[in-house]
Amino acid sequence: MDLDLDDSTREFQREVREFLAANVPAQPLPSMDTEAGFEAHRAWERTLAEARLSVVSWPREFGGRDASLLEWVLFEQEYYAASAPGRVSQNGIFLLAPTLFEHGTPEQLERIMPRMARGDDIWAQAWSEPEAGSDLAGIRSTARRTDGGWVLSGQKTWSSRAAFADWAFGLFRSDPAAERHRGLTYLMFPLDAEGVTVRPIPQLDGEPGFAEIFLDDVFVPDTDVIGAPNEGWRVAMSTSSNERGLSLRSPGRFSATAQRLIDLWTAGADTGTAARDAVVDAWIGSEAYRLHTFGTVTRLNEGGKLGAESSITKVFWSELDISMHETALDLLGAEAEEASRWTDGYLFSLSGPIYAGTNEIQRNIIAERLLGLPRGSSR
Amino acid sequence: MKFALSPEHLDFGASIRKLFESGSTAAAVRAWSAGDPAPGRTLIEQLAAAGALGLTVTEEFGGLGAEPLDQIVAFVEVGRAAAPGPLVESAAAVPALLQALAASDPEPAQRWLPGISEGTLSATVGFAGRGGRAVAVDADRVDLVLVTDGERLSTGRVGEPVRSVDPARRLFVVEADELIAEGPQVVEASAAGFDSGALANAAQLLGAGTALLDASTDYVKQRKQFGRPIGEFQAIKQKLADVFIGLDLAEPMLYRAALTTATPNRARDTSAAAVACADAAYRAARAALQVHGAIGYTAEYDLSLWLTRVTALRSAWGTPDLHRGRVADALRAGPAADPSGALT
Repeated sequence: MDLDLDDSTREFQREVREFLAANVPAQPLPSMDTEAGFEAHRAWERTLAEARLSVVSWPREFGGRDASLLEWVLFEQEYYAASAPGRVSQNGIFLLAPTLFEHGTPEQLERIMPRMARGDDIWAQAWSEPEAGSDLAGIRSTARRTDGGWVLSGQKTWSSRAAFADWAFGLFRSDPAAERHRGLTYLMFPLDAEGVTVRPIPQLDGEPGFAEIFLDDVFVPDTDVIGAPNEGWRVAMSTSSNERGLSLRSPGRFSATAQRLIDLWTAGADTGTAARDAVVDAWIGSEAYRLHTFGTVTRLNEGGKLGAESSITKVFWSELDISMHETALDLLGAEAEEASRWTDGYLFSLSGPIYAGTNEIQRNIIAERLLGLPRGSSR
Repeated sequence: MKFALSPEHLDFGASIRKLFESGSTAAAVRAWSAGDPAPGRTLIEQLAAAGALGLTVTEEFGGLGAEPLDQIVAFVEVGRAAAPGPLVESAAAVPALLQALAASDPEPAQRWLPGISEGTLSATVGFAGRGGRAVAVDADRVDLVLVTDGERLSTGRVGEPVRSVDPARRLFVVEADELIAEGPQVVEASAAGFDSGALANAAQLLGAGTALLDASTDYVKQRKQFGRPIGEFQAIKQKLADVFIGLDLAEPMLYRAALTTATPNRARDTSAAAVACADAAYRAARAALQVHGAIGYTAEYDLSLWLTRVTALRSAWGTPDLHRGRVADALRAGPAADPSGALT
């Protein structure tokens, strides 16, 4: 057991650190959930792509550099430590891309991935529906067979980034006669297609990070189906485990927040034992998650799989994120009310226990699949 | 970078676990509390025969010269079994203390460590600090009592008994007897001994927490109320899931601390592991008692052995407040110099 980096990994880490030091905008970009901010973030994606740093873990032919899992974790650590801009492309890169690499056709990969890597197409997720949140099988939007493709109808909601994005991906009910989990098809569609209406929904922070998507007889060609028709549930499950697991919430994000919290604490007056303990616990939590991730990377490198274990970290980081921000607000005292990076971060952290499968659902998964407790009649 | 226990570690842990499972460890714990140390001594002899007591003693002093991580693997099993006796003191704290002292005076290490490694000599140690007094576990049943007080290291004379919340931990006030060493090197050696004991103790807590979770999981699968196993109820599931999360995230903190004992981060990482493991074990204990209900509150039922042990160990090697304070000091001082860029 060791935590040592080999020379080439260290060289990669150094290159990333130097690129970020030279290129991260001195002033934070405006919120990506505004029109101007969205375009500024798109431009940042292109800057990253030019250095082949927008999708480091992807194959070279699609704009990546075949980085190992460990290198990706270190890239993220450097990225957040440098306070680099949030990734407006994250839904596509972290949620859709792993699914396409597993289930996409060569034509789809060729057409979609390089544009995603450069930020030419920015993707929104269209998972949730008014009747289907954590219970994805409750999806009602339909895909109806037609010549050369499918006709989509229905409504998606709470779609992150959809207000300004170019494309979306989600599940549609293609066989109404089939059981809940069966008869779903995984489809992609352009958000400017005929029949698509997008209505932005302001989030707690006032910005339209969410949107509703209304689909009124939207035609989608067969080439935009991911995997086999009616197999969408199985295809989507690989994405959903990714969202909870390693790829969306890299430890670097929490290490960076913990460090900012330590800086806030050390810069301030002596605030007593309670604040001290909260800061210490934030650091311990971020370290525990970081080190736990190195354990996961080791297991995956040795052929292991990321299954129900991703539920453990999802609950952990989402609660850690909130408690770190609460601690910051406590340290800020009377200034805590004033809008700041900390209040923005606090509001965003509140979504953690809700999205990607609520924490209640995750705890049930842990109890049933990892502790072997009986499933029972009621959930 | 390979941050996971090796097959050798796993095999070693499994062999220690088997040793505890094959005997009647719970009966030995009860006998130890009741005044009969014989079954406990048999267990300790078996541990010594398995090489578990001299792991971190160098070959020069008759030990195996293994890594701190090997010792951690063993102590997770000691905690899982709630084994009795001054094992942390004999196998971790005293060897670390005497070996740190050996740089200036190897004589005490030469005198005592070979016996500890063989299992023919047991030791305990008291750190003066609790209101100026030193308290040592099982001081009446060991061959060597050490007392450290600032710059002085002495053998100890056994004084008044002190009742522990855990009846299997027999505490005694110990007073300095013959001086062994004096000077600033004793402060450093004493810190090394304390950190080694605190880390082994954290491992025990993680093991005890895991045992408590296992017992709880087994119990809620078979205990029925309202015609259903109580493990079907969400309130139970969510409570035990939180215990699982706490233990799973504390484990890497323990391993990292075992990897950095020879670095400037030793105190910080030991204390972080101590906090993480103590919190996780304490949560496991609270949940275990809750899901067991009244039977868990009885001393007859074996669960009590772990419940009182976790309560005792939570502060035996530094309170959570002391450890959080040490981490806070390190964080205030800023990141330790790390020219290699390594991840520790």
